[in-house]
Amino acid sequence: MAAPPQDSLRHETVAFGIAGVSLTQVERAAPADEAPPLAPNADLAQIGKPARRWNGEEKVTGAARFTGDIDLPRLLHARLLRAPLPHARIGAIDASAAERHPGVRAVHVILGPQGGGTASVSADEDVQATRRIEQPVALYAGMAVAAVAAVTPEAAEQGVRLIAVDWRPLPFVVDMDDARAAGAPVVFEKLDVQAGFGASGLVAAGLPLVGNVRGPAADARGDATTGFAAADVVVEGEYRTQAQSHCCMEPHGVVADWRADGLTVYISTQYTAGVREELARAFGLPLNRVRVVVDAMGGGFGSKATLGYYGLAAAALSRKAGAPVRLVLDRQEEQVDSGYRPATWQRLRIGARRDGSLSAISLLSYGSAGTALGAGVGNVASRLYACANYEESHYDVLINSGPGCAMRAPGAVPGAFALEQAIDELAEKLGMDPIALRDRIDASPARREERRIGAERIGWSRRHAPGADKGPIKTGLGMAQSLWGANVQINSACEVRVLRDGSVEVRSSVQDIGTGTGTVLAQVVAEELGLRAQDVRVRIGDTDFPEGPGSGGSRATASITPPARNAACKVRRHLCALAAPILGVEADDLGARGGRIVSRSDPKRAMAFREAAAKMRTEQFVAIASRADDYAGFRSRAGDSAAALNDIGGVQFAAVTVDTETGLVRVERVVAAHDCGRPINPKQIESQVHGGVMQGLGYALMEERILDRQTGRVVNADLDRYKMPGVHEAPEIDVLLIENYQGFSATDAYGVAEPATIPTAPAIANAIYNAIGVRLRALPMNRAATLAALAARRT
Amino acid sequence: MHRSVKGEISRGAMSRRSFLRGTGAAAAATAALESALSGAADAAGDVAGPQIVGPDATPVTLRVNGMVQAVAIEPRATLAEVLRGPLGLTGTKIGCDRGACSACTVLIDGAPVASCSILAIDVGDRAITTIEGLARDGALHPVQEAFIAHDALQCGYCTPGLALSCAALLDRVPHPSEAEVKAAISGHLCRCGAYQHVVEAVLAAAAAGRG
Repeated sequence: MAAPPQDSLRHETVAFGIAGVSLTQVERAAPADEAPPLAPNADLAQIGKPARRWNGEEKVTGAARFTGDIDLPRLLHARLLRAPLPHARIGAIDASAAERHPGVRAVHVILGPQGGGTASVSADEDVQATRRIEQPVALYAGMAVAAVAAVTPEAAEQGVRLIAVDWRPLPFVVDMDDARAAGAPVVFEKLDVQAGFGASGLVAAGLPLVGNVRGPAADARGDATTGFAAADVVVEGEYRTQAQSHCCMEPHGVVADWRADGLTVYISTQYTAGVREELARAFGLPLNRVRVVVDAMGGGFGSKATLGYYGLAAAALSRKAGAPVRLVLDRQEEQVDSGYRPATWQRLRIGARRDGSLSAISLLSYGSAGTALGAGVGNVASRLYACANYEESHYDVLINSGPGCAMRAPGAVPGAFALEQAIDELAEKLGMDPIALRDRIDASPARREERRIGAERIGWSRRHAPGADKGPIKTGLGMAQSLWGANVQINSACEVRVLRDGSVEVRSSVQDIGTGTGTVLAQVVAEELGLRAQDVRVRIGDTDFPEGPGSGGSRATASITPPARNAACKVRRHLCALAAPILGVEADDLGARGGRIVSRSDPKRAMAFREAAAKMRTEQFVAIASRADDYAGFRSRAGDSAAALNDIGGVQFAAVTVDTETGLVRVERVVAAHDCGRPINPKQIESQVHGGVMQGLGYALMEERILDRQTGRVVNADLDRYKMPGVHEAPEIDVLLIENYQGFSATDAYGVAEPATIPTAPAIANAIYNAIGVRLRALPMNRAATLAALAARRT
Repeated sequence: MHRSVKGEISRGAMSRRSFLRGTGAAAAATAALESALSGAADAAGDVAGPQIVGPDATPVTLRVNGMVQAVAIEPRATLAEVLRGPLGLTGTKIGCDRGACSACTVLIDGAPVASCSILAIDVGDRAITTIEGLARDGALHPVQEAFIAHDALQCGYCTPGLALSCAALLDRVPHPSEAEVKAAISGHLCRCGAYQHVVEAVLAAAAAGRG
């Protein structure tokens, strides 16, 4: 992309560095129409303050409208027919009896003889793996085969039962190790792969497929062989991580309303604008005939980023039936067929010189996202620590289970589980403290400060030697680090409007999935207009408004708050221009604070914000702004996605007790030190970090989606046998937040959701090692695993 | 506090899987059934003997948030389904539909109950409080206020059930210990991980009530 002409740039001095540690200023060239540089949080009125969640009252009173709560006149209810077998050819489908059922209004065959016999593996638009076959094939137990819309949910269920399918069972494989073996049943004889984003990262086209194993996807720099030869110390370990289910409390759901003048879809989604694109493409509709809406959204964690097979089915049913259709997955469907974090196996080898500097890293990984691709382990091994010689090879293993998908920090979570244990192991071999080693090999100033304040808070200096406690209950301290890209979606836009009575709205299609995006938008706009956050009405989650980013990759805050501030700045300038002649000053001399338009040179010259708005010639003034490039440029960009020059860090410390008689691991305390550029709402950030820690803790100690090798089915497709943490498993969590200014954008704010879950499991694993002197390299680290590891040490 | 707890719910009446067949069910279920059927034309008969209701819609009267509501429902309908459907009280959320997550919690005579796991016809004339009925006269319940102040929620899907369990706790134990708060919400699953803020909020609401 060509650089903007110099006269459209403005040179500004902006805050840079860590508040209270290294705060200074740097010069940046910002686009001329950007809002002026923002002072550090200490000097601001709304940003950096714990404003109340914008929709908190709706959420505590039950007024918040979730997708499944939406009722429309003539609403139909849909249910899905799902494959009963893990791998089976469909001889024939007969839906005529279902169609004759008096309550049934439409039947839509998803997996039928269609399109020249090409069965699409996944409805997701990203990585399409297709299989050329004579007849359609169900690739996993629970795969959606057909959808029925009826006047009641019960009639839809009866309709589903009336669909006759001639199933021809095929051999199947649901275990990653079994699937790698010679002679294993083959899931895909052939794969047509378009490059794109898979379950946990980018998937390349054109890699070889041998049996069920696709790859290698390789990366390298320097020469690892030479690097290992130069090493004084080498550690090597094999690590295994399990499939983790998202377990959104609100199941995936959609209400599709197809009408002659256009399609409106209410959907529990992380990306309204993306779903609109998918719908327009799927049904050949222009964008101005498709509207996607989400109000309250009950959690996504990566699993609600796309339209999905269920969304597509609901829209198809609505078109067929000529009536709105609601399709909400039940809990079993949710646990079987709405994605999961892929399982992985890694062999990681690290070489270091005596001073701790790394000489080589070699990583081999296999991962399985079932019938999807891209089950990699992220880039933490490649990028968290300085190392000139690096090599990695990754293979995807296909099995007969539902497609995995992105889950909170995809790739980095299993990647960090291996890397951060290996670094601790290395520290021990080198006779160094784990923090001292990281101080030696980690260049990030943010993480250096986070290690310092976290260590102090957890009482790191009291950490004992591994297994030093007497008695059956052992205590331990551990820590681990996070690395996540500061992602930006650069086509993000936002609108701010002021009405003649001085009331203000912020509008964007960006959605609030529980992270508090609406609150931070209100704070940013209020700051710029000299108002309070609660004065700004937030209208988001609707593609009738300017297109905002997806809530994924921790990118929403970084993408949408700068345009919100820039749009608000245009509104402020408009009102200042109206007020200037009345106050007898130049417009440039006016600012907005405390609900007033005030002269900087003569604060007595002022008028109420409301009064200035009343001077508008028309009923409202509307300003739209879009995300400018980061002032210092991006590290990388591809399409609408870019990554800032600076990463997001994070360091977590865990204090555990291990009962060596029962195997029970309890996490007593977690200190989570994090950065996300300029924090906008510290309270909401604290909440989000709690969530990252709890999901990381569940991953570490108990969660596991289990497939039965005999039947190919998920055996714990519910919330009682799938173990996730409740309040009794919750440790005391201390969140420490630093302000890490970079001077990259009008708000300089970035996300925190994903960095907050990356280091939890390895911090717990390192703490367990410190407690019992045995390293657990497989997840989950439940009682059986802990007892087995202790027993293995004794023999 | 807003209201007092009136006794425990009979657990025997609460499983939708102990369905009505033969009505060999517990006496409590029969009692609930009688009350549900009072006024039903086809309910006349030997009260002591087996009764068959359904499968078609049956008239039922429910006391919800201080209002008496008459609805015609299939006997198989759970309380959660009836609240969300015919009564339009969608603040009650269904998370798992089998009593594992507590998202659907409502209060019956002041005690928290998983509304997905009780049939609506088994409720009888006991008083149901849903999240829509927790605030009174336009004023939020102290637990609701505290949930907002302490940011004890993120996506908010588990929040109605949690708020009701916490309100019931404060009704029963005005000044609970941290352990008592944790025990009261131990059946609730929150995937956003709001537990710590929930506990802080409830303790703060209790402390505010002390003054």
